[in-house]
Amino acid sequence: MYAFQYHRPASLGEAATLLGKLGDGKALAGGQTLVAAMKLRLAQPSDLVDLGGIAELAGIQADGDALVIGALTRHADVAASADVRKRIPALAHLAGGIGDRQVRAAGTLGGSIANNDPAADYPAGVLGLGASVVTSQRSLGADEFFKGLYETALKPGELIKSVSFPVPKRAGYAKFANPASRFALIGVFVSQAASGAVRVAVTGAGNGVFRSAELEKALTASFTPDAAGAVKVPAGSCNGDLHASAEYRAHLVSVMAKRAVAAALG
Amino acid sequence: MNVKLSLKVNGKAVEADVDPRTLLVQFLRDHLHLTGTHVGCDTGQCGACTIHLNGRAVKSCNLLAVQAQGAEVTTIEGLAAPNGDMHPMQAAFKECHGLQCGFCTPGMVMSATALLKDNPKPTEEQIRAGLDGNFCRCTGYHNIVKAVQTCAGGR
Ligand SMILES: Cc1cc2nc3c(=O)[nH]c(=O)nc-3n(C[C@H](O)[C@H](O)[C@H](O)COP(=O)(O)OP(=O)(O)OC[C@H]3O[C@@H](n4cnc5c(N)ncnc54)[C@H](O)[C@@H]3O)c2cc1C
Ligand code: FES
Ligand code: FES
Repeated sequence: MYAFQYHRPASLGEAATLLGKLGDGKALAGGQTLVAAMKLRLAQPSDLVDLGGIAELAGIQADGDALVIGALTRHADVAASADVRKRIPALAHLAGGIGDRQVRAAGTLGGSIANNDPAADYPAGVLGLGASVVTSQRSLGADEFFKGLYETALKPGELIKSVSFPVPKRAGYAKFANPASRFALIGVFVSQAASGAVRVAVTGAGNGVFRSAELEKALTASFTPDAAGAVKVPAGSCNGDLHASAEYRAHLVSVMAKRAVAAALG
Repeated sequence: MNVKLSLKVNGKAVEADVDPRTLLVQFLRDHLHLTGTHVGCDTGQCGACTIHLNGRAVKSCNLLAVQAQGAEVTTIEGLAAPNGDMHPMQAAFKECHGLQCGFCTPGMVMSATALLKDNPKPTEEQIRAGLDGNFCRCTGYHNIVKAVQTCAGGR
């Protein structure tokens, strides 16, 4: 690992100020991705700004028709939260299926969506629920936050504070996990808002999480597993690699969508 | 620039001055000489380096030592009673032959104790799923699962 300067600010404001003036600084949350990348010398930050000492960043709060989850909240805490399990059980299920016990005890919501791995779970939940990402500067809708392969709308020095998830009428998440890493070979998050509006987000398929217009149309007409299963996703919308061909991934999208709808309907 | 670190390890206060690059597992093994915590893969996959950080199982090869600032750390050395009596999970691994070469065992035991803390009466399936962050190349897992069941059963 290359050498770096270490900082441990006590507030989000202080962290953002530090990152604003440090040349090549990076925020450190759970470290589950960043520390690994630094060990391999794939990342070489000049400075690390550890968010671990900022108490205001962790926790889960009900805010009217939304649940607001702090950026530093660990996957294990979201999975175990009585509030999340009651109001958005699909999100608790998603968090409880990330990696393994040890990864869930360290990894955070903010780190996961800032990293925007194309096979990560949380981006599907954030996009599938139409959540808002609250940063040190502004509030971003999920549709404008994710920008493709490991890219987000975050500007240099901008930090995620929390994510506000609107409580849906029903939602479900189904993932076909890579058996070794548990990352999504395909993961599909479906939700139906109180207004009836349907959102479907797919992760693991391409260069980053995306919404499926075909599935949203089919499920708006009929919110049933069969309607989801009948949608044939074009292989061209999926990537092929050593884990799965594009055709296989495309097939899995329909199957996972079907299972996600079944889970949403309980 | 080094960082002043203060934390509790196996109940004892520890103060140190560390290069911020130091991994938590390096700190435990090389600085504190607690070599019961093993390094298998060094890439966050195998779980051999599992310890408890504020009561939760984490992989110490995938964290910086400075991330344990002010924390309570328990390693495999801290599980047994002060008089040397094994922790019930250690005793169950011994009784059930839950280890062969023993390389994965410290991490496995740390994960298993965390598992029972969250879910004191797990099903076999929950035990297998709950230990999926730990690899064992010898036992085929069968006797490890038995050991956790035995410990949960209070025998
Ligand atoms: C063995 C293993 C298995 C895994 N399996 C899965 C899986 O199945 N599904 C899945 O989705 N993920 C998986 N992960 C990834 C895991 O969920 C990580 O927790 C996540 O990718 C990063 O979160 P972190 O808190 O550790 O972030 P860090 O590693 O600390 O940071 C990651 C990036 O986010 C930035 N960042 C962190 N916090 C903020 C913030 N508040 N504002 C702005 N930028 C920020 C950092 O600067 C860095 O660039 C796995 C990881 C491992 C090691
Ligand atoms: S040595 Fe830490 S997970 Fe393998
Ligand atoms: S006993 Fe040898 S690796 Fe598990």
